[in-house]
Amino acid sequence: MRTEDLIKALDADARSKAMPQDSAWWLAVAAAAMIAATVFWLTIGPRPDIMAAMHTMRFLAKFVFTIALGVSAFALIRALSTPGASTARAATWMAVAPLLVVVAVALELFAVPSPEWGRRLVGTNWYICLTFIPLIGIGPLAVFLAALRHGAPTRPMLAGTVAGLLAGGLSATFYAAHCFDDSPLFVATWYTLAIVILTALGAIGGRLFVRW
Amino acid sequence: MTGKDEAELSRLLRAAIAGDERAYADFLHRIAALVRGFVRRKIVQGGVDPEDVVQETLLAIHVKRHTWREDAPVLPWVYAIARFKLIDAFRRRGRRIEVEIDEIAETFAEPEAETVSERDIARALDGLPPAQRSVVSSISVDGRSIGETAAKLGVSETAVRVSLHRGLAAIAKRFGQQ
Repeated sequence: MRTEDLIKALDADARSKAMPQDSAWWLAVAAAAMIAATVFWLTIGPRPDIMAAMHTMRFLAKFVFTIALGVSAFALIRALSTPGASTARAATWMAVAPLLVVVAVALELFAVPSPEWGRRLVGTNWYICLTFIPLIGIGPLAVFLAALRHGAPTRPMLAGTVAGLLAGGLSATFYAAHCFDDSPLFVATWYTLAIVILTALGAIGGRLFVRW
Repeated sequence: MTGKDEAELSRLLRAAIAGDERAYADFLHRIAALVRGFVRRKIVQGGVDPEDVVQETLLAIHVKRHTWREDAPVLPWVYAIARFKLIDAFRRRGRRIEVEIDEIAETFAEPEAETVSERDIARALDGLPPAQRSVVSSISVDGRSIGETAAKLGVSETAVRVSLHRGLAAIAKRFGQQ
């Protein structure tokens, strides 16, 4: 087929009925949040003393970390799914959540005597953390990979990785409302590991399913 | 490449997305010439037919035109897709290449005219279901309009539009999944 002929076919199909990418991403986040909320409420739900916990710094700090991760990953993934869009600035913002965790860990090490460190790090239910953050996040990850397929990521594996981080940030935000371990030492260890699981799945998913 | 061309191309693509077929044909012709120049400069060894990459890029632009932000410049978007499809074409033929995007910005390709040869897209067309294939080839190879195609095939114009849309999406998908 000559290129001229191909253009005839393309221009006859000019009008675009596909959802603009920005709207698609907001829709994806809304759907993912609903899935995460549903799984969260049907399985573990918030901790019973959540009202009291809201008055403690350590509990609230968990949401600062996870929301920072989610928001920065959302900005980056939107740039990554648009060909030619600049990603440098959004990529820089990805450092915010890890930096906040590092600062919180440093403060915790100052605030808490060293014999306490190990107990706080291991916590009381790390296995629940490693189970439920991936479990709550897997549905959202699938939604984000579908949104990437709708988009046009020129680096599909990287975009899938960021989809995993976004799903991780979203899922950990819900999980944090259940979790009794509020020490930054626990969060830095187990939340990170749990999010890494989702991130690895996202990278594989990006590589396998995000083709265009 | 000047800011005036950029503004003109943006205007054409905006009009196309809203349904202006003539603006879209104009846009695609200009883009095809630019991408052809870009791809020919990048393919220095044989094995990949530049015109195949031009066609795959046009198809990708077509099925992904909703990813262009109307307030963003259109040429960086086009060249990023062309670069992706060029790397993809090499990968499918078992080669790896690095295409630097930075140098593109300074030396935008000169428009170039097509040369004729066997095309991958023509082969992809053969893989379509019969209804879609007859619609796509009627409009492309035979140069009929939507209305003429509908009359010839004895179906409604809406059905022709749907078959065309699906057929093009299916061809584009084939290239993405190889």
